[in-house]
Amino acid sequence: MTKKLEDLFKEELNVINIGLESFAENLKDEGYNAVQVDWKPAAGGDKEMAGLLDEIENISDKIEAANEKAVEKIQKSEPIVIDVQTAKDALPDFSDKMILHAAPPEKWEDMSGPMQGAAIGACIYEGWAENEKEARKMLDDGQVTFDAAHHHNAVGPMTGIVSPSMPVWVVENKTYGNKAFTTLNEGLGKVLRFGANGPDVIKKLKWMEKSLAPALREALSKTDGINLKNITSQALHMGDEVHNRNKAATALFIREITPFLLETNYTNKEIKEIIKFMAGNEHFYLNLSMPASKATMDAAHGIEYSTVLTAMARNGVRFGIRISGLGDRWFVGEAQIVDGLYFPGYTEEDACPDLGDSTISETAAVGGFAMAAAPAIVGFVGGTVADSIRFTKDMYEITVDENDNFTIPPLNFRGTPTGIDLLKIIETGILPAINTGIAHKEPGIGQIGAGLVDPPEECFKSAIRAFAQKYIK
Amino acid sequence: MAKKALVKEGTYFDSVSLMSISKDIKALDGINEATIVMGTDANKEILKNANLLLPEAEAAKPNDLVIVIDGQKEVLDKTIDETNQMLADKKASSDEEKEYNPGSLDGALDLQPDSNLVIISVPGEYAAREAKKALKRGLHVMLFSDNVPVENEIELKKMAAEKNLLLMGPDCGTAIVNGAPLAFANVVSRGPVGIVAASGTGAQAVSSLVDRQGVGLTQVIGTGGRDLKSRVKGIEMIKDMKALENDEETEIIVLVSKPPAKEVSKKIMDEVKKLKKPVIVNFLGGDSAVVKGTDAIWADTLEDAALKAAAFIKGEDEVSSASLKDEEIAEIAEKETKKMASSQKYLRGLYTGGTLCSEAVILLTEENEDVYSNTPLKDEFALKENLKSIKNTVIDLGEDEFTKGKPHPMIEPSLRNERMAEETEDKEVAVILLDVVLGYGSHMDPAGEAAKAIKEAKTKVADRGAYLSVIASVCGTEKDPQNLHVQEEKLREVGAKVLPTNVQAVRVVNKILSDLN
Repeated sequence: MTKKLEDLFKEELNVINIGLESFAENLKDEGYNAVQVDWKPAAGGDKEMAGLLDEIENISDKIEAANEKAVEKIQKSEPIVIDVQTAKDALPDFSDKMILHAAPPEKWEDMSGPMQGAAIGACIYEGWAENEKEARKMLDDGQVTFDAAHHHNAVGPMTGIVSPSMPVWVVENKTYGNKAFTTLNEGLGKVLRFGANGPDVIKKLKWMEKSLAPALREALSKTDGINLKNITSQALHMGDEVHNRNKAATALFIREITPFLLETNYTNKEIKEIIKFMAGNEHFYLNLSMPASKATMDAAHGIEYSTVLTAMARNGVRFGIRISGLGDRWFVGEAQIVDGLYFPGYTEEDACPDLGDSTISETAAVGGFAMAAAPAIVGFVGGTVADSIRFTKDMYEITVDENDNFTIPPLNFRGTPTGIDLLKIIETGILPAINTGIAHKEPGIGQIGAGLVDPPEECFKSAIRAFAQKYIK
Repeated sequence: MAKKALVKEGTYFDSVSLMSISKDIKALDGINEATIVMGTDANKEILKNANLLLPEAEAAKPNDLVIVIDGQKEVLDKTIDETNQMLADKKASSDEEKEYNPGSLDGALDLQPDSNLVIISVPGEYAAREAKKALKRGLHVMLFSDNVPVENEIELKKMAAEKNLLLMGPDCGTAIVNGAPLAFANVVSRGPVGIVAASGTGAQAVSSLVDRQGVGLTQVIGTGGRDLKSRVKGIEMIKDMKALENDEETEIIVLVSKPPAKEVSKKIMDEVKKLKKPVIVNFLGGDSAVVKGTDAIWADTLEDAALKAAAFIKGEDEVSSASLKDEEIAEIAEKETKKMASSQKYLRGLYTGGTLCSEAVILLTEENEDVYSNTPLKDEFALKENLKSIKNTVIDLGEDEFTKGKPHPMIEPSLRNERMAEETEDKEVAVILLDVVLGYGSHMDPAGEAAKAIKEAKTKVADRGAYLSVIASVCGTEKDPQNLHVQEEKLREVGAKVLPTNVQAVRVVNKILSDLN
């Protein structure tokens, strides 16, 4: 039965106050319930955007149903790491003389410094060139094809470079059968993903290809696959958010894989070297967390009418997003400079704009969205514990649901904000919270800091224009 | 004297907190100057100008906290320690106490799922959108914002009517729902009187007076000032009076408005006829003939409406008991008049409440030919030329021409103080008439603010050998946060004559003006 107006007079009054804060305070003084909204104009007062939101509101039923479906897929996905393979064998449509990089797609001549450096390193690593000069020439001549890793079911941190001979983790979404791939994490310092390409970098990559990868492959073959969703869930209770802090998750992974490594035919010395390498790199799990997120979000992609973000990625020049209901198109804006703390000797002047596919984490309800679970790194990103909690709480405003599996102890085990909704971003003006490492703008120097970065608003605006064009007749 | 600086790297505090801590430190014994700032270039410039830019401070970065103390050498270290302690306390309290406020209506609904009413006071151009969202989610709306286009108002009110929801406003300043004072509202007892009002101070005046008669209220519902104009056609008032008709607690319904558009008036009265409960109609300044052919009771003034409603509930026939007798009025007037100089002739009314101002203009016009105003009864009595007062003038200081870029005088009464000082420069001015509106939303001590100006004005006029009469009334209740009694006393202390209602105050003024002629 529909309510009558006068029914209100029998209810307890619970007020939401949008605007002058004193109205809410007065009610509280008199003992009434009132929630204050920190209001901002819809779409930051952008009339065009507010108008589009109003039009889209007319099909809100369809959108809500689609978004629920997308979130259900995110919730039900079960990413399992099952294998380590060579990229050219594992990734779909990966031809010879092709290099993949962090999305969105970019031409060689437009790439950021670190990405060019990493591409040069890949040419040397693959044996296509002897040195930087040769590599540059062949790249300038267009002898190598570039594509975004995302287009081949892969993601990569920072420059995200994948070349054909590199080993990759094979992560399978057990629920939906799709797969996702990421290279193995090299560690910190001078590494290819930050654009370094000297002999030491190549040497380490070769060791990973020849020694690390086959051992891990053999060990994994003895398992039924290792459940990454479980590791991530546990790690969130141990202070990780599995984007910028992977300490606990890395330890958990080592705990899982070690018994199987010991079952392989490798010598103790070799196994020791492998475990030492994994344990010496706090971010080792990042390259498992990322394909787990990718496998999850790919399952939620391609649902008609859904406004859920299925990817966010940056290539050091542009920031791009994908929307479940808008196909494979990237909606882009300029990549921003990270607002953060710098290692001694470096400043914002030295920073490369925002870089890497690792923001797949935030789309999959971890990373910045789980900031409240990782108090240890809020200092690193310049905030207090209270800030980190506010950070996560803000994200509930732009998401569809709360995660069934990833929960946050300081929030009374509330599920992480899950399923970023494009419409809510535009409506509230709250941008997805991203915490990320900062790469030096010159190739080969590596990480110079970490901090917080806002995605450019433009990518969300162009996505909503496209959404209105596609779905509003 | 000596100076000492401490730089705390990467420690951020907002400037307001730092200013308050600086102030506390400066007050300590032996301290000459204390500055605590973030190490920005602008702040370094400030330190430099204050001769406090010690080398450590000069080297600080923008996200470093810089403490510089200037004082007796022996207390410097101790003071630095104390500053650190205060900063630590501040940080701890701000971290824990800061409540999380959601950034959107939906976020608020997540937090408080059983919400049922939304107050919207955002700028007018955005307000309709927020209201629409709230209605869609089945929430009642009080739209405090003004400058909402009338097309939006009509659309929203139709939508609300379909969904059986309140859409109070736009420009609805006052409501009391289930006893809760919303926006500008007085604290009143619960009881059997229900009010639907198109004006904010009208609703405040009637509800306060009902309460002061020892009778309470069920609901005070605001419709916004445009509801009874020809375009909106009273959609909200009709819906709300029906709701009060159906409400078991409400025994009598009071309608308060300026006179509606003619066809709307008819429509409203047609609906009134259908109601079984008694209805009191106060269309302030309108024609009592509108109640002909209905059972409704006409009320001339806000006071009249309140007294009639209270009398009905109490089962009394006589309603004039709260009004003063003519002799009493004459006595007060005479005492005032006899102290005046022969040059003193005119009234200046300075109002913060719009409907109280209208009520005054109407009652003054009954006995005086020319009452000028920025909201006059007839165009010929409109103030021109910078709104300068002419002869007998009554001003609504809450009108747009006074509030552009400034807070409403009910929130910030200093605007009236300036005007009072100006008016009393005029040697022909005999009487200042004013209102003081209490309740939530209003200034915390409006009578105290007015008293300052009254005292100065009275002294000034006395110094030139004349007498300034100040006649006032306070709209509010003993339960209001400012307290009616305390506020009235503050006015009396500075020699103002305080009458129980605006109507009584105007009666005294009318008598003074007629005595002076």
